[in-house]
Amino acid sequence: MDPIYKTDALIAEDIDAYLEQHQHKSLLRFITCGSVDDGKSTLIGRLLYDSKMIFEDQLDALQADSKRVGTQGQEIDFALLVDGLAAEREQGITIDVAYRFFATEKRKFIVADCPGHEQYTRNMFTGASTADLAVILIDARKGVLVQTRRHSYLCNLIGIKNIVLAVNKMDLIDYDQARYDAIVADYAAFAAEIGIKSFTPMPISGFKGDNITANSANTPWYTGKPLIEHLETVEIDNTTDQMKPFRLPVQWVNRPNLDFRGFSGLISGGSVKPGDAIRVLPGGKTSTITKIVTLEGELDVAVAGQSVTVCFADEVDCSRGNVIATADNPPEVSDQFEATIVWMDDDALHVGRSYWLKLGTQTVSVTIQQPKYTINVNTMDHLAAKTLELNAIGVAELSTDKPIVFEAYADSRTLGGFILIDKITNRTVGAGMLHFSLRRAQNVHWQPTDINREDHSALKNQKPRVLWFTGLSGSGKSTIANEVEKQLHLMNRHTFLLDGDNVRHGLNRDLGFTEADRIENIRRVGEVAKLMADAGLIVLTAFISPFRAERDMVRKMLPEGEFIEIFVDTPLEVAEARDVKGLYKKARSGQLKNFTGIDSPYEAPENPEIRVNTVEMTPAEAAEHIIRKLLPLK
Amino acid sequence: MRGRRYDFQRWANSSYQIDNRFFLERLKNPCSATRNIIQERLFPMTRNLTHLERLEAESIHIMREVVAEAEKPVMLYSVGKDSAVMLHLARKAFFPSPPPFPLLHVDTTWKFQEMYKLRDRMAQESGMELLVYQNPEAKERGINPFDHGPLHTDMWKTEGLKQALDLYGFDAAFGGARRDEEKSRAKERIFSFRTATHGWDPKNQRPELWNLYNAKKAKGESIRIFPISNWTELDIWQYIHLNDIPIVPLYFSAKRPTVERDGLLLMVDDERFPLQEGEVPVDRSIRFRTLGCYPLTGAVESEARTLPEVIQEMLLTTTSERQGRVIDKDGGDASMEKKKQEGYF
Repeated sequence: MDPIYKTDALIAEDIDAYLEQHQHKSLLRFITCGSVDDGKSTLIGRLLYDSKMIFEDQLDALQADSKRVGTQGQEIDFALLVDGLAAEREQGITIDVAYRFFATEKRKFIVADCPGHEQYTRNMFTGASTADLAVILIDARKGVLVQTRRHSYLCNLIGIKNIVLAVNKMDLIDYDQARYDAIVADYAAFAAEIGIKSFTPMPISGFKGDNITANSANTPWYTGKPLIEHLETVEIDNTTDQMKPFRLPVQWVNRPNLDFRGFSGLISGGSVKPGDAIRVLPGGKTSTITKIVTLEGELDVAVAGQSVTVCFADEVDCSRGNVIATADNPPEVSDQFEATIVWMDDDALHVGRSYWLKLGTQTVSVTIQQPKYTINVNTMDHLAAKTLELNAIGVAELSTDKPIVFEAYADSRTLGGFILIDKITNRTVGAGMLHFSLRRAQNVHWQPTDINREDHSALKNQKPRVLWFTGLSGSGKSTIANEVEKQLHLMNRHTFLLDGDNVRHGLNRDLGFTEADRIENIRRVGEVAKLMADAGLIVLTAFISPFRAERDMVRKMLPEGEFIEIFVDTPLEVAEARDVKGLYKKARSGQLKNFTGIDSPYEAPENPEIRVNTVEMTPAEAAEHIIRKLLPLK
Repeated sequence: MRGRRYDFQRWANSSYQIDNRFFLERLKNPCSATRNIIQERLFPMTRNLTHLERLEAESIHIMREVVAEAEKPVMLYSVGKDSAVMLHLARKAFFPSPPPFPLLHVDTTWKFQEMYKLRDRMAQESGMELLVYQNPEAKERGINPFDHGPLHTDMWKTEGLKQALDLYGFDAAFGGARRDEEKSRAKERIFSFRTATHGWDPKNQRPELWNLYNAKKAKGESIRIFPISNWTELDIWQYIHLNDIPIVPLYFSAKRPTVERDGLLLMVDDERFPLQEGEVPVDRSIRFRTLGCYPLTGAVESEARTLPEVIQEMLLTTTSERQGRVIDKDGGDASMEKKKQEGYF
């Protein structure tokens, strides 16, 4: 049990020399992953212990804990060192990623210990996204399991090039070489299938310490390096990004006074020096770098991986979300993509719903199409899917509400990797990797027409509007909208009323009442209303439209001030008592599923332009109230 | 094989214009000798960043994301060495502007006098506003570490912090916690969410991919951000050393008046220290590895008077950093996790 990694002798002899040496060490970030109980935490505990990163007081506490709750009898249970949360210690499992730190004479290491349980896959993905290398553990008694495959697939998907296959618990199979060879062969077949080009297998025991810091006498047939030596020497080229074209996603504009305007960000690719010609995307304006500013003085050159502030020679428009790139080799701009998406939320993906997409420093609205397929990581089969459930991995097309600057994930993690955020719960619901821009976004251009929307509305002598009536079934939307249209018609206004039930007879007759179909229903109505508004009409729509996110989506399609949200405010009891169409009765008796207010939610508007209370007002009064609010109509 | 290598050499020494794409393709998987030739030739700028350069760039990136996305950020400043590094990084991140947020010191009134001195000096040098908050209830009830035990930390620090954040309406607070300090901190994200009542839910943390931080939150919720999460104690010391960052002199050894009590070496920092029967302050050569309230912080006997000596002592020692602090001890294994759930930083 004596630590093999002694404290560096230089520390005691010549601290200045030690600091000089330590200062220039490189950094390797790696993860450990694999199935439940494959001994990941034990292995990390062992690495920390062997590199003297565990102090006496921690060791005392560990010895006491091991006897109390440990799973290794009277011996030290290293897993207790890293399982930091109370729930983890109680259940003896790893729930979330733990980051641990250690250094040897050659390198510094940050290791992320990733959970094995499938339900915590998102936490594993969190750890993997910043890693240079993955140690995939296999219990020698069990061989390649579902989680081994899943994690290998995820590691490869997220772009980890260095993979170590650590066949652990060799002590429990008497260091049987035949068994080890069989496992490695088994894994090699799978790895080839999913596109892992190479991996480094090694037989170890985290618990006993075999082949961790030195080659073990128990495995004389193993001729490779022990784990630590491999981690110390494996070639990680963190200069790869520096050899790519210059990219600087702008985080923040630095403007302390009128004489200084700098653009701050982390360089994601290439290098930059004063005098370089640059281009600001997505706009495309060009300028020249004048200086690179830091607290310690100006820099002659800055490279990928550094956080900097740069200044331009010209007053070029540039703000957060823009990307500063080398002028002659800028990244692409597009608004439609194909991507691989990993879903991480308990609520499945809503096809067609608007989410936030954050890529680099750009945050935009995005809608995702029905997945082309999901991937079964055990068989690598492509399965048809309507949505993405928790932990699903699928390929889908997505479109953003405005063009973003991007590169394929294979070329740039920064400009190709994104997260998806739910607009209501604010949770990070997914992560994705862009493959390529869909040709149609580039090749389908908006055809300019000579008669534009201003001409249409001028001829009709009115300002186009979309009067969006929302409220529960039976609240009186259609009745009031009908009344408003009648009065507008009398005032010589050009109008059109889109009614929920009517639209479902034609345009939307392929849609049902599931959440996904309701979203698509509203999206189509929104697009139709927008075309009619472009034609200069005052459009009235009467749809329950229960979700805030979709109403906001339509609002964003239209110019500022043209979307008028009218909340027909009727309490559920009143609407149910009216029950004009007898639907509440059916819903209550269970004949009708997904009925708003009964078994499907209604999200009332927070700040509607107009609110009408149908308990206090008659439909005619409500209509008059609305018209008055709309004036003037020009 | 020989011929091919020769071609590369000749190319490396020639002045022909070369189409870079051809060689970029070859860069993907060549033997390392040819790789180095190509790299030096085509990309003379490339260099391996050191681990400290990478950590610094990461911390600065995090701070800028917060300033760009939060409505009202603040930096928790405790005057310790970690705060010193965090403040220095903030000054670098926003230079030539001063960091665009105030410093908040949640004061317990029981810090070392030298800490108060440095605090005021650093606020002035950085050009930042300094907010000092003392929980009025704790003040009124005269809560102190000698008579009130754990209640002292709870009221001055945990409650004080919550009150201060609510009072000013800060929605994002930078903290100087590191993942190598403590087990539950090793599990915490860089952007850590708190409910409207400042609670932490360790089992339901948001995934944090690449360096993409989701700073969206509902009204009333707030974020704690730990920009130096990935720094170790040694990194902190080495960075202070390399950048000449001012720190409280108590980290260096000097003769100071002390008493020994409950196995801890306590410094008699002011006249409020109640001496027990038979206790006489003795001058000892001591220093502190970590700083908090002076009656709760144990000193170590030491002769380390320079930073390299301090680092040397730290590296040769056999006990962990927070051992000198009483704060983690009450409540067993999960005491820090429990404190965090209740709203402690």
